[in-house]
Amino acid sequence: MSGSPTAHHRAATLEFRHASKRYPRATEAAIEDLSLEIPAGEICVLVGPSGCGKTTAMRMVNRMIEMSGGDILLDGRSISERRPAELRREIGYAIQQIGLFPHQTVADNIATVPRLLGWERDRIARRVDELLELTGLDPQEMRERYPAQLSGGQRQRIGVARALAADPPLMLMDEPFGAVDPINRERLQNEFLRLQAEIGKTIVFVTHDIDEAIKMGDRIAVLQKGGVLAQFATPADLLMTPASPFVEDFVGADRALKRLALQRVRDIDLWRAPIVRVGEPVHRARAAIADSDLPFPLLVDAESRPVGWLSERGLLGERVTPELRSRATPTVELDDILRDALSDLLTHETQYGPVVDAQGRIAGVLSVEVISHALAAPASEVPSPTERLE
Amino acid sequence: MAPGGARMSQFGDAIDFIFTSRESRTGGVQIGGSQMLDLLWKHLELSAVSIALAILVAVPLGLAIGHTGRGAFFAQFVANAGRAVPSLALIAFFVAYIGVGFTNVTLALVLLGIPPILGNTYVGVRQVDPDMVDAARGMGLTELQVLGRVELPLAVPTIFGGIRNSVINIVATATIAPLAGVVTLGDPIINASVYGDAGRLGAAIVVAVLAIASEIIFAALQRRVTPRGIRPERRRRMLRPSSRKVPVTP
Amino acid sequence: MSVVTLAQVQLRDRSAGSCEQRNGFCPDWIADNWTNYVDPTVRHALLVALAVLFGFAIAFGLALLAHRRRVLVAPITAVTGVLYTIPSLALFLVLLPITGRGITTGVVALTAFTLLIIFRNIMLGLDNVPADARDAATGMGMTDRQVLWRVELPLAVPEIVAGLRVAATTTVGLAALAFFAGAGGLGGEIYSDLTFKSNIVVAGGLCLLLAGLFDALFVLIERLMTRWRRAVPA
Repeated sequence: MSGSPTAHHRAATLEFRHASKRYPRATEAAIEDLSLEIPAGEICVLVGPSGCGKTTAMRMVNRMIEMSGGDILLDGRSISERRPAELRREIGYAIQQIGLFPHQTVADNIATVPRLLGWERDRIARRVDELLELTGLDPQEMRERYPAQLSGGQRQRIGVARALAADPPLMLMDEPFGAVDPINRERLQNEFLRLQAEIGKTIVFVTHDIDEAIKMGDRIAVLQKGGVLAQFATPADLLMTPASPFVEDFVGADRALKRLALQRVRDIDLWRAPIVRVGEPVHRARAAIADSDLPFPLLVDAESRPVGWLSERGLLGERVTPELRSRATPTVELDDILRDALSDLLTHETQYGPVVDAQGRIAGVLSVEVISHALAAPASEVPSPTERLE
Repeated sequence: MAPGGARMSQFGDAIDFIFTSRESRTGGVQIGGSQMLDLLWKHLELSAVSIALAILVAVPLGLAIGHTGRGAFFAQFVANAGRAVPSLALIAFFVAYIGVGFTNVTLALVLLGIPPILGNTYVGVRQVDPDMVDAARGMGLTELQVLGRVELPLAVPTIFGGIRNSVINIVATATIAPLAGVVTLGDPIINASVYGDAGRLGAAIVVAVLAIASEIIFAALQRRVTPRGIRPERRRRMLRPSSRKVPVTP
Repeated sequence: MSVVTLAQVQLRDRSAGSCEQRNGFCPDWIADNWTNYVDPTVRHALLVALAVLFGFAIAFGLALLAHRRRVLVAPITAVTGVLYTIPSLALFLVLLPITGRGITTGVVALTAFTLLIIFRNIMLGLDNVPADARDAATGMGMTDRQVLWRVELPLAVPEIVAGLRVAATTTVGLAALAFFAGAGGLGGEIYSDLTFKSNIVVAGGLCLLLAGLFDALFVLIERLMTRWRRAVPA
């Protein structure tokens, strides 16, 4: 183990090899035969309806539930080789109800595993501060607080910090953001993705919420009753090509729309807009129109910022005059999530929207047709969750 | 004789005393055997009257305090302080200040029996789900009906626990009633020179058996009056005892 | 401590003064004779302290056993329950042939009474530990023993101390009868002159005082050990 508190442990690989779990006196197996390979450094989401065994599968990894058959390999080594307590100290563990120790301060809670591992006091103190900052909390303020004094969102963050304390190569998270209201949940999810971008751990993430799975997962394992693996794929693959009616059902009838949540406007091919300026010679304007993907000219100002759609009357004379048919709303930004952009278009009851960059300059035109073209595009063009979070 | 043998023979003598009548050492009086029945009867009589009166006083009072919430401090104080009063001092106090006699001892025993019942009744009513009480009021029940039809039935198991505890205390304290002139099973203990060591030990054994028997009977009664679904195991999980100021007596 | 004869009530030294003869409440007499109560009070406190200490030690051991093997809870509760139910006087006398007269019998019997209360409260405290804290502790890699000592027991402290409180105050009352076993205590003072009001008031009052002191002691202990419960939600 490295001495510096900030050095990252190598992320581990995890493999389920025909893992099964059968409870005595139960007619059906909780997990029948699960085989799954999770590459290092990825977030693998286990998702499925309640009772499908996703939590059971996760808890088999740190031997909170003992396998009946098969094997689970952490970095190629079977987990049955190690003593459970030892194994668990190398695996971060964050559960839905969090389970902070009420009788200990935040600092003591976070320091739990490092203390079990025998770190020196200084090292632990530095690591606690580091983790508090990493999860967006002020160390001075938070160290000596007790769990009863924390809000729900703060508790969740401390739970994650505690799981990360000993810098484990693998993290198990069971609905870690479940006990929080939707607004805070989204914030926590975004922050966690940012964190993961920095630390790059292998994470097994359990949720029943397909939207959360799509948002958080590098890879998603959809489980059916009995721990049966229905599909193991990237979010885009899952949405584009569900492997069975069950998966299709589970993903939801709106999976096309869900895919739109995965991309930004900048990721797809936009229509070129026929850009015209006031005072431009009309014949040049008409040439630009012919050259573009859209028969409607877009008037822009001196800084190339869209002003509005030009009406025919603006092209009557020798030079372009500012006769607008309609304003250039809604204005979509390159960084917008595609789904939000579509929603914008629909709200304004228009087919087309000019797209601008960060400085407000015209970059193209977005339309419903453009979007449906993009949906037909192959999945490999869709960026990963951490890439999406810029 | 080996010490163990001496001890065993003492017990043997005591058992013998319980079952066979003999003449007292001071002469003239029959003790042991059937005379024990007289003592037992007096003991039971004293205990029964005392517990009945204690229930009559403590339960309505506890219901009232629990239902209205007023006088909560009083109930808590009585329940806690009552635990600490030594029974001997109480009896002695009554003997010193009021004198001897059945009535006086009964009074003392009633006072002894009230705190656990009062405490448990109060807590039992308090712990009824407030939503249920609210719903009952909303349906149009009067306060008295809410108390009688909702709170009381749900509090009965807890109340009974308090009664059980009081019964034990009263049966135990009735043993020293002879100090106040009421001749119960404690007489051979208090007046051991008349009854002898065997008598003293024999009476102690009978008292112990009596207490255990009462406990078993009242425990069974308590199980009887507990509605299914609020059995003690589940009840324990619903309680948050550390926030309680009045400990629920077993 | 003189042996108390059980056949007669011994009269106290009521020689001088009309107050005693009238058998009223006599502050003068109290002022003169209060030193007589010191030894019995100390002995009384000692009996209670030892009983609670031993009772805690035994009940704690039993609770640790029962915590891992649930089947033991019922039998332990039954046995300690029987000990609790037996009237103190009876138990003192039944023990006499076995442990003899003196403080040993007193402590043994009083210890037996505390067992049920303390055992039950320790179990209650351990049962009330939040399940998610226990799950998290195990999942993070604590052994069963570490979970017990670092998480479960600290969280059970309020319940345990509450049990000790009840045990101590109850034992103060029960110890008043310990003199029947030759163990001393304030009961002997009360018994030595049952009809003298001042005596009763002083001896009885000292009992209550002792109970109050033990009660306050455990309240203090609980406060010191559970600062975390008073953390005000920010």
